Amino acid sequence: MTAPASRQPPGRYRFRHLARMEWIKLRSLRSTWLTLAIAVCASAGIALATGGGNRTSGGMSVSNTLVGMLIGVLLIGVAGVLTVTSEYASGTISATFAAAPRRLRVLAAKAAVVGAVALIAGEAAAFLSFFAGGMTLRHGITAPALSQPGVLRAIVLTGASLSLAGLFGLGIGTVIRHTAAAITVVVGVVFVGDEFIGQLDLAIRPYLPLDIVSHSLGATGPACLPGTAPCWLSPWNGLAMLAGYAVIALFLGGLVLTRRDA
Amino acid sequence: MIEVRGLTKRYGSAVAVDRLSFDVPPGAVTGFLGLNGSGKSTTMRMILGLDAPDAGHARIGGQAYRQLRWPLREAGGLLEPRAFHPGRSARAHLAALAAGNAIRQSRVDEVLELVGLESVARKRAGKFSLGMAQRLGIAAALLGDPAVLLLDEPVNGLDPEGIRWIRGLLRSLAAEGRAVLVSSHLISEMALMADRLVVIGKGRLLADTTAAELSSRTPSLEEAFLQLAGDSAQYQARNMS
Repeated sequence: MTAPASRQPPGRYRFRHLARMEWIKLRSLRSTWLTLAIAVCASAGIALATGGGNRTSGGMSVSNTLVGMLIGVLLIGVAGVLTVTSEYASGTISATFAAAPRRLRVLAAKAAVVGAVALIAGEAAAFLSFFAGGMTLRHGITAPALSQPGVLRAIVLTGASLSLAGLFGLGIGTVIRHTAAAITVVVGVVFVGDEFIGQLDLAIRPYLPLDIVSHSLGATGPACLPGTAPCWLSPWNGLAMLAGYAVIALFLGGLVLTRRDA
Repeated sequence: MIEVRGLTKRYGSAVAVDRLSFDVPPGAVTGFLGLNGSGKSTTMRMILGLDAPDAGHARIGGQAYRQLRWPLREAGGLLEPRAFHPGRSARAHLAALAAGNAIRQSRVDEVLELVGLESVARKRAGKFSLGMAQRLGIAAALLGDPAVLLLDEPVNGLDPEGIRWIRGLLRSLAAEGRAVLVSSHLISEMALMADRLVVIGKGRLLADTTAAELSSRTPSLEEAFLQLAGDSAQYQARNMS
């Protein structure tokens, strides 16, 4: 008779083991790579079209090259939802929590992996969009250059918004658990509802995620033009606001995770 | 060794598991027997820390599941027949779980071979038949070479050959000194597989005995089981009126 219990290695499972587990799960799904490819290609494709259609005499702005990034935000937000709701739908979640009953540690590992992968995809999409937008410009219209003030920041921060969208989706997915309902919340309330809430009260618009991505992150000049309402958040404040949304969603997810049966 | 003490689970006013206590000793297959809805799955989920009990506790090797240092190396569970993502390969599913408990990756191939899935290991698991899905679930349970195994209805969906295979597997795992808890509502299967029987009805312990002892009271084991289970159902009906 062997004594299985005595063959245990020292230590215990740690965050790094779970991060590896989550990374294997993410990379082993074809849908992961498909979603990332679509997000990057769609953003860059829209930038190509925007460049071609640009008529501004003063030259194309960096934020014009980044308009397609909203598609990326949407797709990565949904992908973030799916990383957890697909586990509930298939029952994988019970295998996951049997391997790692400390659920907050699992959520942290998922967040690290989703956040890192979405960040890489987001930066790739943002830089590709920037260069793609400049490529199709008509003769006489100047493309934005990386050396201009605020341009590099605009690209990097807009790229980072995809990471925060992924984390927000992960948090909402953890709270709601059901794929369709969670995607409805992320897409419907955040992206479509944005339009309606924003119309009710203009003062709230600078704080809405859609407006932050389109008006704050990519801005290079003053965020508030004289006489026009509303004033957009500054790029860094905008990013902090988006990070706040992601943190709140993950916090609620953690709360639900530790209180409800798996 | 699994110890269950006063385990209780309520869903609103309904009691799914009612002050249940029993042991699953090492070196034996313990059959966990009860009609559908008698609380077997809920009990197993509580032992594996997936559902929180309202009272009582379950321990594995003297520890609560949450406290285990390497859960998969101490206890292996098969709860749902398809607890994997349909788009992921069997191999990737097992590789991820192995990484979570720092189990060497070569072990993945070992358990795939053990359950006979090595030829389809790289195919999308969503295409698996129920029998293959059960085998993948058993592979996951065996991944950490654990001293304790819990399997909820493992013979469901298996063909006669598969059932015989799992019977032999569980008996040999018990012979190696492991504590094996296997649930079923099929009394005849339990009689062939289990050394000991824990019988529950409406979440309550009805008998903690051996198959031989249980069947000695009546002409057949099946009759003994139905008598026990039937009694508990009547008791419940009286309580509700």
